[in-house]
Amino acid sequence: MPQADNPRALLLEFATGDDLLAAAGRVREAGYRQLDAFSPFPLEGLAETIGDKATRIPWFALIGGAAGALGGLFMQWYANVVSYPLNIGGRPLASWPAFILPAFELAVLGAVLAAVMGMLIENGLPRLHHPVFEAERFGCASDDRFFLWIASSDPHLSYPAGRAVLDDLGAVAIHEVPA
Amino acid sequence: MADERAINPQAPAQTVPLQPYASVSDQIAMIPLHYPLRRRWLIGLGISALFTGLLVVAIGYLFYAGVGIWGINSPVFWGLAIANYVWWIGLGNAGTLISALLLLLSQQWRNSLNRFAEAMTLFAVFCAALFPIIHLGRPWFFYWLLPYPNVMALWPQFRSPLVWDVFANVIYLLVSIIFFYIGLIPDLATVRDKARGRVGQVFFGVLSLGWRGSAAHWQRWRRTYRFCAALAVPLVVSVHSGVAMLFSVGQLAGWQTTIFPPYFVMGAMFSGFGVVAMIAVVLRSTFRLDSLVTIRHLDLLGKVLLASGLMTSYGYIMDAFTAWYSGDPFERATLFDRFGGAYAWSYWAAVILNFVVIQGLWFGAVRRDPMWLFFIGASVMIGMWFERYMLVVTTLYHDFLPSSWGWYVATFWDWALLAGTIGLFFFLFLLFVRFLPMISIFEVKEVLREERVEARHAPSR
Repeated sequence: MPQADNPRALLLEFATGDDLLAAAGRVREAGYRQLDAFSPFPLEGLAETIGDKATRIPWFALIGGAAGALGGLFMQWYANVVSYPLNIGGRPLASWPAFILPAFELAVLGAVLAAVMGMLIENGLPRLHHPVFEAERFGCASDDRFFLWIASSDPHLSYPAGRAVLDDLGAVAIHEVPA
Repeated sequence: MADERAINPQAPAQTVPLQPYASVSDQIAMIPLHYPLRRRWLIGLGISALFTGLLVVAIGYLFYAGVGIWGINSPVFWGLAIANYVWWIGLGNAGTLISALLLLLSQQWRNSLNRFAEAMTLFAVFCAALFPIIHLGRPWFFYWLLPYPNVMALWPQFRSPLVWDVFANVIYLLVSIIFFYIGLIPDLATVRDKARGRVGQVFFGVLSLGWRGSAAHWQRWRRTYRFCAALAVPLVVSVHSGVAMLFSVGQLAGWQTTIFPPYFVMGAMFSGFGVVAMIAVVLRSTFRLDSLVTIRHLDLLGKVLLASGLMTSYGYIMDAFTAWYSGDPFERATLFDRFGGAYAWSYWAAVILNFVVIQGLWFGAVRRDPMWLFFIGASVMIGMWFERYMLVVTTLYHDFLPSSWGWYVATFWDWALLAGTIGLFFFLFLLFVRFLPMISIFEVKEVLREERVEARHAPSR
């Protein structure tokens, strides 16, 4: 395939987080939808600005935590009441106050594992290769530079008016990335 | 040393002096890639490896000869091994608590300290976890503590605090590792991007899972991180309460008291802050990180150390008061044994090192002097060890009947285990300092961004 026919995504480089936030808002207003933004640390409101939907991580965690708690309680009840009952000082076999601590620990473990798994699944990680790594300057995204990514499939890229918006966003540089 | 805030009283207090973001990455990420003090690191690693070897020998001989090589005997069946266990797990509870609690309370100054505090936690819990296993008598059956279907048709007894402790510790270790790793991923990506050699790029590239700092990723990451923190705080409290219940559920005078769980949690936090202060001082001067771990950090650490120390002292006072006020002759006898018995030195050592010495922290000049803070942190660390020793031994050596009164002297192998675990701790910590970013790079940048925004809005600047 000839190089010129390859679709090219755009990577706009900014010097500060505020520039990136402002630019993301304006690009979105102009009609771009297939956006992503990269920063060396979390920027408040950036994900909402480029139009990301809410996450389901709290639900993952709730389900994981409930599974841990109920599974833990069931395991202890089954072990000490059904499978291996031991009479200790005539106390009830199903002594739930004593079962609380292991059940609580298992609930925490379940919730943490589910939340972390949910985060990795929603983020699509681990993924060691991504087109954005092709950009020479992208190494600075984990250092001190802020980037806005416009996917090559975004229809606005082919309109002259859409392209014009990009020129006065205050970007330090605009890189083309094969994608 | 001058108070940094005195320079401009109108300016908002800066935790980290304003500097370009890149200077943070350069200072931290370059340490694992181009380690500056290779000779000193190798010497330190060699010495700690020697002590780790001593640990291996001590455990090997223990497995060969049995627990008779320790000083324990009737009635003191819990000796140094349990004191060491409680001490290590106390240190190990603090890092996660400091990091998670201060994150939830939006205490931005934590961002320069949380990484090495969490690492300290992991290694301390690792050292702690050795002791219950080697204390079992038949340590090769340690997996009987875990619930699993087996041909013996046996199950653990879930009404026993000993089993609670197994769950609490194993899960705490797992959650601490996850919390540490999740917080580390973005920084691993920074080191990956800074790495010029192939080995570093692949090593940190795989460890960072291909992190690229996308806005949506950050949002979900932050949600998860705060979520883990919110779960870690009650987990820490439950872990050390569980340790305290190993004592307080028993019926021995000096142990059976309701103040033990909060008293233990406070003591754990206290000793952990002491060690974090020591590590902060050492790392700061060794790697010249004065612009990331500032005098203000030391000042705040000193204040928290003082506050948690006073809470621990409250535990001492109430523990003694309830023993006396109960009127129970055995409780009182144990109390007076602590004050003036054969092991009174351990009680007074704990009181002096944990209560008297920290009073220096009322003075700003002491808190802001790294040397003083280091020595007070060391005093707290040693004092808390004496407290654990005192709690274990003074209760056991005088049982209810004079016929079961005894004596406890730790043997060489008891001390070898303590020295060995300290060596193991240093060994792991040196590996951490050498190969991973020891301060959270992106979280310090977050602090810098807030300070920039504040500086722009401050009127008189």
